[in-house]
Order: sequence, then structure tokens, then C-alpha cells
Amino acid sequence: MKFNKALVAMILAVVMVMGLCTAAMAEDEPLKIGVIGPFTGAAAIYGNACKYGAEVAVAEINAIGSVQIELLEEDDEHDAEKSLNAYNTVLDKGAQMIAGTTTTTPCIAVGAQAYEDRVFMLTPSASSPDVTDGKDNVFQVCFTDPAQGTASAQYISEHQLATKVAIIYNNADAYSTGIYNTFVAEAANQGLEIVSETTFTDDTTDFSVQVAAAKDAGADLVFLPIYYTPASLILATAKSMDYAPVFFGVDGMDGILTMEGFDASLAEGVFMLTPFSADAEDERTQSFVASYKELTGEVPNQFAADCYDAVWALWNASLSAGIDGSTSPEDACEMLIGQFTGDFEVIGLTGTMTWDETGAVTKTPTAVVIKDGAYVGFND
Amino acid sequence: MVSFLRFFINGISLGSVYAIIALGYTMVYGIAKMLNFAHGDVIMVGAYIAFCAMQYLGLPPIVAVLCAMVVCTLLGIVIEGLAYRPLRQATKLAVLITAIGVSYLLQNTALLIWSSNPKVFPSVFNVGAIRLFDGNLVISSETILTIVANIVIMIALTLFTGKTKMGKAMRAVSEDKGAAELMGINVNRTISVTFAIGSALAAIAGVLLCSSYPTLQPTTGSMPGIKAFTAAVFGGIGSIPGAMIGGLLLGIIEILGKAYISTELGDALVFAVLIIVLLFKPAGLLGKPMREKV
Repeated sequence: MKFNKALVAMILAVVMVMGLCTAAMAEDEPLKIGVIGPFTGAAAIYGNACKYGAEVAVAEINAIGSVQIELLEEDDEHDAEKSLNAYNTVLDKGAQMIAGTTTTTPCIAVGAQAYEDRVFMLTPSASSPDVTDGKDNVFQVCFTDPAQGTASAQYISEHQLATKVAIIYNNADAYSTGIYNTFVAEAANQGLEIVSETTFTDDTTDFSVQVAAAKDAGADLVFLPIYYTPASLILATAKSMDYAPVFFGVDGMDGILTMEGFDASLAEGVFMLTPFSADAEDERTQSFVASYKELTGEVPNQFAADCYDAVWALWNASLSAGIDGSTSPEDACEMLIGQFTGDFEVIGLTGTMTWDETGAVTKTPTAVVIKDGAYVGFND
Repeated sequence: MVSFLRFFINGISLGSVYAIIALGYTMVYGIAKMLNFAHGDVIMVGAYIAFCAMQYLGLPPIVAVLCAMVVCTLLGIVIEGLAYRPLRQATKLAVLITAIGVSYLLQNTALLIWSSNPKVFPSVFNVGAIRLFDGNLVISSETILTIVANIVIMIALTLFTGKTKMGKAMRAVSEDKGAAELMGINVNRTISVTFAIGSALAAIAGVLLCSSYPTLQPTTGSMPGIKAFTAAVFGGIGSIPGAMIGGLLLGIIEILGKAYISTELGDALVFAVLIIVLLFKPAGLLGKPMREKV
């Protein structure tokens, strides 16, 4: 009995000392941001880009000397189940908010849990509207899929790329159809004439009819809200028909140049709606590209830039809301929601961003054009 | 009119690819009386072998095609020996399910070896194109090559089955396996040879398919395989000219249907025509009607 009392006293003493320590450390405690994404597996290219983009942002922020950031990184292998585990792990480690998750399917699962738990999430790149739907605590840095359609139509009209537009889309795919619908709606407002609309499905190998329809209708731009695999077939078909319009793709086109054996000359002059171009000449992009190259040896893609912007946005919002390392995730969540739905604005690599209650971002669309097998920023 | 001609030629080109694949289905069905659903995936393997031979080993296209034919021939013999021969006396359903299993095995093995990232088949047979009507009608060299290859293969197969000793053995096995065996024909060897020829054709079909439609993935062979199977049934399964005609008609109907009716209904139309033909001619266009012996 005596022994037990001594033990209890000792434990109490230890706990009290530790309590003192934490209280003393709270002043300097860094802001803890969880970064979740596929660092291994088939989608690793996205997760790693995101992770390194976030690390570059943190290095810059911590060099300022104001509130510091600590990143808690967990791999989810692009799997919803593993992503939930990763989410629980980063919360256990003390994360106050999440910059993630990188890919859509895990993000929908984690978003639902974070909504229950009241944890703030800012996903850099999960682009489906389902990610934010019905959740007041989930926000996006990238455009939603349907918003890309609207943005593409605006971009084509503003830069006078064409007046007669043909569309080839995959009507068996929600991503493609979603972009198609919003593109058509916005094209009417922008005075673009849609002269041909044709469809295909996942199994289609022959695109001669679709391309011929665009050619016969005299379209000078073909809008391709599709992934790069069918797009490569369409480009090859167009070449074999001596048809050379402007091709305009969205983020699904990203990757066409990485296909093994792909003849880059087919993609010459192809436009792609993307928020980020590593060739942009502004100082901030240049320094980001330089730091990123130093860290990884590679040129950053849009996922890296999206995640960089996400970390900066979270830091800025936390600073203006008065969140520090000791704020609980629940309190931080409400304060951040207040910031993001207020007149909070972030100037990032991917544009000047504002948010509304739905969680979707508003920013100016930009595009790149493929020249000599590389992405080049487009200025006219 | 020019656009009609263009769609028609595209249809013949697509149909020729279907026809070459259908020849493989029809040969195996005609002789071994089984549906080799793995045929489409042998095509995919052939295309990958040709791709690797050209891309990684730098071999000239003709040698690459020969490599693909050799590998596919061996693959065909191995599949037949390991998966189908033990089931020679089993029910047709068991063989059919095994064929589907082999199909998945090939697809997933390809996924392991070559990953799911699509590869782009080099345009090796692109040696220019014929331009007619002020460039409104472009016929690519791949199209011409596919059509010529198709005709050559069909004539060669017809001569082979009609004139050679092995061809006669094949026809005998297809008529009556038991009686052929009693006449001293080695049934197992005959069926092996059939598989070898069918798989070599698959390699050629794979190269032609990927020359016209250059994206190469582990699933590349499955949809063309199903369409070609339809073509074989359409023309009368077991009949060599039937496979040819069925393939061509299928390609033309698909392209014209997409062009003049709706791109969304192209595939539906193909299968609707199949149903109508089978209602009136249950054995297909050139198939011999089978009488049930009582």
C-alpha cells in the first residue's frame, strides 16, 4: 500500500513537471499542418509533388521568423481506407488542420470524417465537387472539374483562339461530361459557336468519325475535356486526316508528353488549361521552381504549386485569425471557416484566390501551350 | 459524297482489323469447337512484343513482327497445352470459363510486366498517304497495308485448309474428332497447330491494330476481341470467308452508324444488326446450318 502511494506521488510529480514544460513551450509551439497524399503506389507522382511543394512553402514561411509551421506527412497510397488511417495518425500527432488530401477518392472519405470531427481541410488538388459538397469545413485550391469547363470557354473567348468550336468528350465519364456541360453553357455566354459535338466511350479506339465531324464542320478549335490516352489517339487521327485545328485540353491532358513512345510533334501547339506553368517569368514562380529543383531535382508540376499555395493560404488565414500552435483543431476549424468565407484573399503561384461557402475557389484561369515537347506559358 | 467515301474507307480499314482478329476466332472454333476468349489478349501480347522489339532492341519493323509472331505462336501452343488440352473431354461451359480465366491471366500479367501506363506504338508503317479530291480524302498507308494483309491472309488460309495435308487433317477434325482419330490423324497435334496459326495471326492483328490506333495498354485487345468475335458470329463462325465478310461489314456499319446516326449509338447499332441477322440466319451469313441428329 505504501509502495502504491509513492508510485502515485511520483507519477503526479512527473505529470506536473511535464505540464509546466508544455505551458512554457506553448509560446513557441509551431502550427501543425497534416499533409496526406499518395507518396507511394500508382498515384505517387501527385502525392510526392504535393509533399515537396508543401515543404518548399514551409521553408519559406519558417525563414520569415513569425509563426512557424511543422508538417506532419502521411502516405495514403491513393486508398480511401488508408487515407482515413493517415488522417487519424496526423491528428494523433497533433495536427490542427489538413492540407490534403491530394487525390479525390480518399479526399471524399477523409472529408466526411473531418466534417464529423470538425477539422479544417484545404485540399490542393482533389477536384470533384463531391469533395466539398455538404461540408462547410472542406475547401479547394484547384478548380472543380465543372469549373474547368467554364474557365476554358472564358479563356478561349478572351484570347480569341477561335470562334467555331468542336467538342469531343467521353459521355461514359462523369469528369468529362461535367466539364462538357459547363463548357457548353459558358460558350453560349461568350459567343463561341459550337459546330460539332461528338462522344466516345472508354472502349473506343477509332476516332475517325469524331475528328472528321469536327473537320467537316469547319471547327478551328477542338475542345477535349478528356484524359490524355484518348487525346493522343485523337491527335494521331487528326494528323492522318491533314486536319490541324487548335486543340484545347484541361488538366486531364497533363501527362500526354510522358507517354512512352509518344511523338511529341503531334502535341505541338496543344493548349492546356492549367493553373501553373513552371516557365512563368515572375520572381515568385522562378524562386519556387529553383527551390523545388534543389529539393527534388525535378521541375514542379501543378500539384506542387497547388500544395505550395495551400500551405501559404493556411498560414495566412491562421495568422489573421490568431491561430497559433496551441489552438485546438475544433477551434481552428471554426476560425478558418470564418476566414475563408470572409473577404480573405491569397495571392499564390496559381493565381489570386478567393473562396465562397461551397468551398470552391475563384481564380483567373491560365493556360499553357506545348512547344517543342515542353509546356510554355501563353501570352498574346 | 467525298465524306461518305471517307467514312466508307475508314469503315473498311477498321473492318479489316476486325476481320483478321475474327479469322483467329473462327479457325479455332471451326476446328477445336471452342471459343478462345483469350484471343483478344494474345493480340495485346503480340503488340507489346513488337513494341518492345522496336523500342528497346531497336529491331526493324519486319523483324519485330516476326518476333511477335514467334512469341505468340509459342504462347498459343502453351495455352492450348496447359489450359485447354486437359479439358478436351470436359463440358463446353468449363472450357469457356477457362478461356475467360486465361484472358484475365494474360491481361494481369501484362499489367505486371508493362504497367498500366499507356504506351504509344511507333508509326512504323507510315510511309505517306494517298490524297484524293484536293486532300479531302486521305487514305493512310496503314489503311492500305491492313486491307492488303487481310486479303493475303485470307487467301493463304483458304489454300492452306483446302490443299495441304495438315489443312485436310484440320477439316477432318472439325467434321468429326472421333472418326478423324480412327483414321490415324493426331487430333491433339492438329489442334495445337490450329492454335499456333491462330496466335501467329493474332500477332499480326496486334501490330496492325496498334499501327492504326497507336495506344497500347493491357486492355487494348479486349474490346476489339469482342467486336471481332461478333464479326465471326455475324459471318458464320467456323467459316473463313465468313469471318472476313463479317469483319468488314461490322467495321463499315460501325463507322457509318456513328457518322450518320449518332456517335453514341455506334456500338449499339453493331449489335442490333447482329441480332437481326441471327434472327433470320441463325448460323450467320455464310455459316452452314447444323442439323440436330436424333
